[in-house]
Amino acid sequence: MSDTGAFFDPARWRPGPLLPRRDARDGALVFIVAVLCFLACLTAIGALAADRAARGWTNQLTGSATVVIQPHGAETPDAAAARAAEALSGVKGVTEARALEKEKAEALLEPWLGRDAMIDDLPLPRLVTVDLDPKAPAKAADLDRALKAAGVLATVDDHSVWIADIQRAAGFARWFALSVCLLIIAAAAAVIGFATRAGLAAHRDVIEVLHLSGAETGFVARLFQTRFATAAGMAGAFGATAAAALAALARLAGGGQGLTPVLPLAWIDLLAVLPVPVLAALTAAVAARLSAAAILRDLG
Amino acid sequence: MSTDDTYSMQDVAGPVLRFSGVGMRYGRSPEVLKDINFELPAGSFHFLTGASGAGKSSLLKLIYMAERASRGRIDMFGRDIDQIAATDRPFLRRRIGVVFQEFRLLDHLNAFDNCALPLRISGGRPDKYRADVAELLSWVGLKSRMHALPATLSGGEKQRLAIARAVVGRPDILLADEPTGNVDQGHALRILRLFVELNRLGTTVLIATHDEDLVARSGQPVLHLDNGRMIHYGRGGAA
Ligand SMILES: Nc1ncnc2c1ncn2[C@@H]1O[C@H](COP(=O)(O)OP(=O)(O)OP(=O)(O)O)[C@@H](O)[C@H]1O
Ligand SMILES: [Mg+2]
Repeated sequence: MSDTGAFFDPARWRPGPLLPRRDARDGALVFIVAVLCFLACLTAIGALAADRAARGWTNQLTGSATVVIQPHGAETPDAAAARAAEALSGVKGVTEARALEKEKAEALLEPWLGRDAMIDDLPLPRLVTVDLDPKAPAKAADLDRALKAAGVLATVDDHSVWIADIQRAAGFARWFALSVCLLIIAAAAAVIGFATRAGLAAHRDVIEVLHLSGAETGFVARLFQTRFATAAGMAGAFGATAAAALAALARLAGGGQGLTPVLPLAWIDLLAVLPVPVLAALTAAVAARLSAAAILRDLG
Repeated sequence: MSTDDTYSMQDVAGPVLRFSGVGMRYGRSPEVLKDINFELPAGSFHFLTGASGAGKSSLLKLIYMAERASRGRIDMFGRDIDQIAATDRPFLRRRIGVVFQEFRLLDHLNAFDNCALPLRISGGRPDKYRADVAELLSWVGLKSRMHALPATLSGGEKQRLAIARAVVGRPDILLADEPTGNVDQGHALRILRLFVELNRLGTTVLIATHDEDLVARSGQPVLHLDNGRMIHYGRGGAA
């Protein structure tokens, strides 16, 4: 669009854009899509962190068991514990079994019994801590059987009472984060779809003229597809960048453990924002294509 | 306008257009066109006259396929247009140039871009057609307004631009709805000469108009619509 008509030179003419340039409405749309993409990215990162946290809780519990040795007969408690540890080490699914030294066991009990009570001949129970193979942990029954075979009187605590609770909580945290994330992604997709359709409707007059001039569906669809995919992709990129920056900040502020040990954030989680602009652009492209085809079908 | 030996002639002998018992209504309203029967032989030139509301624009809409007949049959280039696949319709439309009564220029494009639109849509290359577009715009008196947006054009200038856009693709059929409604007599005659010239090159022309004077001067045959029915007249002015 040159301004000095007298100097308009057809030889230098370049075809103008078939769609009107972006207007204020497009700006508002880009903003809303950017905000939704930002939220979608944050919840995606949150879901990843929640998943990691949940796995951490259960791993700590399933990765170990505690065996309490009841001293009996002539054998010293220490000897019984040592024998138990030896028997347990041989069980499949156990990576290590250690008898807790007397001092450590006393240290554990001290808060309850008090320092003065720590006299040598108090029949303190001895503890054996068992580290389990995280891939195929030994069951409590397996440990029991090994202890019985060795003739040691002991009770096995494999934390199973806790594990069920913790796993339920972890599962809930995981699903909650995932649901919120999916919900926001769906909302973003719906907004992109509606906005694209509204945008096309606003240009219906242009579409009609193109149609009556013999434009094919693909020609019209491509025009809008490019326009709206670019806008949504840009908005998605804004939102994703902002979310990644915020998450990076949280990761830095949170120190070695991530945001907090409760929501452990890893650098790799930031990669979750990468597909968002692409998805936003794809959604807009598909919506534009479908709407254009629908309008042209309607026009005959 | 420069002639071009690649100009496409009609692909069938016989009429380019035939209406057989065509009726048309908008939605559930009464018929605005009733039992229309006529033919346009290839290379013919007709005026379409009638009082305001008689149905001239509606009849043109049927031909450029913006509306569908509610009964009867329309054959174009020897084919029933209702039987033409949706994917083939764009190519049929490219063979029809239309000057709309309300112009329908694209407001965000300058005169040059508006005029070049049909060539662009049919996939032409700018360096091939830009000289033709410039020449045509000069011919309709818009040489100094090629850069102007439609909003800054006068009514007559818009009309001439709409005409230039309709003829730039050298259509097989040219439909014009009140093409001289907003221009002075000098320009009206110039526009008529453009249509006659195009007609000489083989384009079948149908012009809806109130302009009795133009019809009389041209001496071309007239189709007259009276309240949705067609009455065939003879030559212009010889009613
Ligand atoms: N889109 C529409 N919806 C409903 N009715 C319509 C529509 N367009 C036209 N009509 C009606 O159809 C009839 C014929 O209208 P049309 O526009 O074909 O007349 P015309 O001969 O072109 O008139 P004019 O000379 O004023 O342009 C009129 O009664 C008009 O009200
Ligand atoms: Mg009319």
